[in-house]
Amino acid sequence: MSSDESNATEPVDATHDDAGHAEQGEEVAEQDVADDVEAAEEPAAEPDPNIVPVTLNGREIEAHKGELVIAAAERHDAYIPHFCYHPRMKSVGMCRQCLVEVDTGRGMQLQPSCMITVSPEMKIETESPTAKRAQEGMIELLLANHPLDCPVCDKGGECPLQDQAYSHGPGESRYVEEKRHFEKPIPISDLVLLDRERCILCDRCTRFADEVAGDKLIHFTQRGNQTQVMTFPDEPFASYFSGNTVQICPVGALTAEPYRFKARPWDLTAEESTCTTCSVGCRVVVQSSRDEILRYQGVDSDPVNHGWLCDRGRFDFEAVNSDLRLTDPLVKTEAGLTPTSWNAALNGAARLITDALAAGGPDSIGLLGGARGTNEDAFAWAQLADALGITYRDAQLGDGLPASILGLNRATIDEAASASTIVLLGPDIKEELPVLYLRLRDAAVEGNSTIVEISSVDTGLTRYAKHSLRHQPGLQADTVQRNSELLTGDDVVVVVGRGNLAESPDETMAALAAVLDANPNAKVLPALRRGNVVGALSVGMAPADDDHDGLATLRAAADGKLELLILLGADPLNDCPDTGLARRALAGARRVISIDTHRSESTQLADVVLAAAAYGEKSGTTTNIEGRVTVLADKVTTTGTARPDWMMAAELALMLDVDGDLVNVSSVDDVTAAIAAEVPAFADVTPAALVAERNGVLAGVVAGTLSDAVSAAGQRNSYDHRLVVGRKLYDRAIGTAMSHSIAKLAPGAAIHLHPLDIDALGASVGDDLQLIGAQATAILPVAANHAVPRGIAWAPFNQDGSVIETLIDATASVTDVKIEVI
Amino acid sequence: MSTAITRDYTPGFYEGDRPKVVTSRFEFEDSHTIDRYLATGGYDGLKKAIEMGPEKMAGEVKASTLLGRGGAGFPAGVKWGFTPQGVWPRYLVVNGDESEPGTYKDRLLMERDPHQLIEGCLIASYAAGLSQCFLYVRGEMPLAHERIATALDEAYAEGYVGKNIMGTDFSLDIVLHWGAGAYVVGEETALIESLEGERGMPRLKPPYFPAAVGLYGQPTIVNNVETLANLPFIASKGSDAYTAIGTETSPGTRMVAISGHVKRPGVYEIVNGTTTFRDIIYGDEFCQGIRDDNELKAFVPGGGSAPWFLPDQLDIPFEGKEAGMAGSMLGSGAVMVMDDTTDIPEAALTLVRFYAHESCGKCVPCREGGTWLLRILERVCAGHGTDADLDQILEVGQSICPGDMPHAASERLGLEATPFPYKMTTICFVGPSAYAPLHSALTLFRDEFDAKVVPAPKRISIPVAVAGS
Ligand SMILES: Cc1cc2nc3c(=O)[nH]c(=O)nc-3n(C[C@H](O)[C@H](O)[C@H](O)COP(=O)(O)O)c2cc1C
Ligand code: SF4
Ligand code: SF4
Ligand code: SF4
Ligand code: FES
Repeated sequence: MSSDESNATEPVDATHDDAGHAEQGEEVAEQDVADDVEAAEEPAAEPDPNIVPVTLNGREIEAHKGELVIAAAERHDAYIPHFCYHPRMKSVGMCRQCLVEVDTGRGMQLQPSCMITVSPEMKIETESPTAKRAQEGMIELLLANHPLDCPVCDKGGECPLQDQAYSHGPGESRYVEEKRHFEKPIPISDLVLLDRERCILCDRCTRFADEVAGDKLIHFTQRGNQTQVMTFPDEPFASYFSGNTVQICPVGALTAEPYRFKARPWDLTAEESTCTTCSVGCRVVVQSSRDEILRYQGVDSDPVNHGWLCDRGRFDFEAVNSDLRLTDPLVKTEAGLTPTSWNAALNGAARLITDALAAGGPDSIGLLGGARGTNEDAFAWAQLADALGITYRDAQLGDGLPASILGLNRATIDEAASASTIVLLGPDIKEELPVLYLRLRDAAVEGNSTIVEISSVDTGLTRYAKHSLRHQPGLQADTVQRNSELLTGDDVVVVVGRGNLAESPDETMAALAAVLDANPNAKVLPALRRGNVVGALSVGMAPADDDHDGLATLRAAADGKLELLILLGADPLNDCPDTGLARRALAGARRVISIDTHRSESTQLADVVLAAAAYGEKSGTTTNIEGRVTVLADKVTTTGTARPDWMMAAELALMLDVDGDLVNVSSVDDVTAAIAAEVPAFADVTPAALVAERNGVLAGVVAGTLSDAVSAAGQRNSYDHRLVVGRKLYDRAIGTAMSHSIAKLAPGAAIHLHPLDIDALGASVGDDLQLIGAQATAILPVAANHAVPRGIAWAPFNQDGSVIETLIDATASVTDVKIEVI
Repeated sequence: MSTAITRDYTPGFYEGDRPKVVTSRFEFEDSHTIDRYLATGGYDGLKKAIEMGPEKMAGEVKASTLLGRGGAGFPAGVKWGFTPQGVWPRYLVVNGDESEPGTYKDRLLMERDPHQLIEGCLIASYAAGLSQCFLYVRGEMPLAHERIATALDEAYAEGYVGKNIMGTDFSLDIVLHWGAGAYVVGEETALIESLEGERGMPRLKPPYFPAAVGLYGQPTIVNNVETLANLPFIASKGSDAYTAIGTETSPGTRMVAISGHVKRPGVYEIVNGTTTFRDIIYGDEFCQGIRDDNELKAFVPGGGSAPWFLPDQLDIPFEGKEAGMAGSMLGSGAVMVMDDTTDIPEAALTLVRFYAHESCGKCVPCREGGTWLLRILERVCAGHGTDADLDQILEVGQSICPGDMPHAASERLGLEATPFPYKMTTICFVGPSAYAPLHSALTLFRDEFDAKVVPAPKRISIPVAVAGS
């Protein structure tokens, strides 16, 4: 029995057997070529150099060259018990559980199978009496000091130690001494607790922290029987990836606050899905009990997340059942927003649309959003907008990059993580697309990739970058041009996103154009953050031109030109960097319809609020940054009477009696099929293909061109600081703010300056400073930050108490502020 | 709290009218100074080596069959040959972490003749083409540390260490590093981890030597202090002079540290391969017999990890293969002698406690098994054990060292010897070391253990109704 497959403790492996799956494909291809050559020349059979014949328990099997004995055996149905071995990490041979007998010509010897690679003619015995005695002995030793508190242990029922004690243990313990005692459990971070009595010191968590996450914050201390996992004094295990350690811990030693004591594994049901918190698109299993989502676990999707999740994606399920969830549609009455029936709400919405069309025509309606829903949601609303002739539409609210970026020669995540040179333009990937950070970090640390980072401030990848080029906002393109020799080569991938929300996206696009000028063969991986932004833009929510994009729509609303603003899961007051514009737009639009899962500042200003089904409550598909389309699980019943966005669009289409396919859809699969039929890039993304391909289907790219963006930034006045506003992983976004475990991790608002700049101002850390911009003045406490070069002021976006956004003018190319001590 | 350092104490060293390879200067009070060193042929070996050139010097070491003195007894010249050519930088790491129970010979070599060690490092680095040397000295040896530090300062000042040594184009830096007090760091890969600033835990084998991938992932030679201390002699006098001492398989001399119930415990430089344990324990120039003229009960031939010998084995010479055939090993060259007043289970307990405590915690059999053995033995010695506990010791041992365990022959018990080595489920030898001496004690003195235990209560098996049967 494979305990790993019997539960979700380890990443479920979507490649079916091992990480060598892709290699296997290559081998087949090579073999085919070899066959052809042989057929043409002579028939003497050349052995495949990548196949290593070995004898496993008396059977001849074909192992792969370089494969570990434990992996080869498991692929051939000889499961070897193990604890420390993990296919995505380096072997450490620590638990000694995987001992088997191996003969390489010098007689049978007990060897840890996770440490030995196969060699020709090797004989392996996984179940000989000697091997079995060793395996049983190891289980007995592991259990000697184990507290055996399975009845109150979260892992009980999905515990590799428990399972393997049954399958490979002696069945009885002879240990009669007093067991080792430790204080149970101790918190090692805000999210994770450690029970040292249960820990079997397999080095998985510590190895993960060091090797995979690069956050070497937990380590072994003490020696002998007192050896334990511990943080450094006064330094918590504050990693964005800590939840993974809980998932890969082979016992219940590590537990995560959000799931502790919530369920027993046998009460959970699970379904595979994709995380849509950001647009990396990590595969997950959604687990629920009694119709409530209780846990996400990472699934090993070879092209995407390798089994890992970030903590935000892993723990934000708490938001699904939070207090601010919208359970029923609302309409504005004299008493404010009041719950109503769907019939009344949809009728109200339809009336608002007809009235707006009558009063100002289709150009008086704006449709913003779609990036938080499914492809089907965005497509259905885009179809409705098409039918009504609405041109003001966008899935972004001035917080991303022009949709034309999706028309470039797009790289996959795998291509980025194996490129010889990875050029980073802009955002801090660790904060915005955390698991992409893991992949790129791995490429730099373990692979052969060179990272060239061109950004205004240090990012999480700066440590791993070979070249880190710092530039003042407004000078990125210039910096690219002056360093073009770093960007050459055949195998270059540019990862480009919005690094600075206080700088016009034109600046980034000009820099991107400069990179492509220097290296026209470079591929582009768009680092747009919001869950399904690529999908929404691809299936119809992209603006036709710059005059009708998200900012233009908000400007039209602010100027009183919009009769109706439809917010499809968009919250301009929190999403748009220029909050002044957002506020004016919501005030200026005559009517507002909001389709959302949670109450937000923006829904409070709406005339009709349509309660949307949340993640985990609806099926459909989502598209990640590389254009990979995967299916989402409809795991639990929707909260209240909420329903999926696409369904509302379909019903409105019927009510408004518009032409098109939309009136004919009756299921989400119909919409998926309609996308495949209507959107050329999605032609291969059929419901059948999505079922067949567990790793999803890559949508095509419809070639496009970049509009000519030129840097328009002037020189900074030397008395000013140039502002950089960037995202942190944890912010005030509703999914985070409504998940109490992670909401507290948001760093809060502050202005970060280089320590020397703080000195130069005569201020000290923590002082409130006055920031005087062209359109507003803001007061924020100052923090010292070596990652911020002198002359730059950095602030996190959308934090509690945040006022920095009031300084941002979406029409300006850069934002300069004068900083004064109060 | 102040930590007073006792500077004037050095363990006893006894010389005699024997060949001296590494202790030739010990008779002088100021043997550790550069003046004395230079006055007694110091750095001549280095000069000879540079005259010879690296290949020839390496050839001399190979021809001398200089065996490693750290425990494994691997020929140094052969080991040097394992480093891949043309990979830079490449390191020499000196293992001065001596902490095997009963062993205190490297300490004397470091305290009394630090320049000899430094010269050894220079010769090794020159011959094996190594670019930097790290000297790792056990944390509990402040005098050794101080003397090496002073000697290094002197050697740097005189141009024996550093850039362009003695005006040649040979350059070498020697870095002194102070350990933090863990026995397992004597294991060469744990020592490398510790040098790198990591927790001292052994690396996995294979590779069996860090020769190709060692310190900072670079080619690395790890040698014991005594091994290197032999090099000035070999370089200046030649391999022939060296192999003229001792036997063909075990040439030269060996520093043997003797402790326990003898009249004159101490460190002796003995002729390798020919001197017997009887010579060492009873010989006039060595320990001069058992204290109070008691009877010899048992002795440990090669450091705390070694299985024990009985008086039956006294005539075995100090030679690796012979000791191995007889069921033990020479290891670190430390002999611990127990007379007939010794409480054998208590003696075994002392050793088990040490190894269980020093486990680095990496492998389950050592971490859990060692402590399990300790707990059982503690109970047995406290009079709370049963005969089943003694069998359980052997069972736990099987999880650490599966299969036959080496032990000595005993005429008294009618026992044949089981030769060294044992099989092991652990990464390094600390785990087996907790068991091997206990196993041989239990095998050779079962009666003493039996005397401390009571019969186990009979296990009553209660028939269990199995559902469905
Ligand atoms: C647990 C353990 C402890 C060891 N302790 C020491 C030690 O204190 N000093 C030493 O020189 N070698 C020690 N060794 C042996 C070293 O690993 C290594 O073999 C030796 O330093 C190599 O030098 P040599 O070839 O010159 O003997 C130890 C080995 C083990 C497994
Ligand atoms: S806490 Fe879990 S993962 Fe970490 S070492 Fe212990 S058993 Fe392994
Ligand atoms: S990286 Fe993105 S997709 Fe992956 S778990 Fe985190 S939020 Fe979800
Ligand atoms: S045998 Fe013991 S000391 Fe050696 S590596 Fe294993 S746990 Fe550490
Ligand atoms: S799985 Fe091989 S030693 Fe742990």
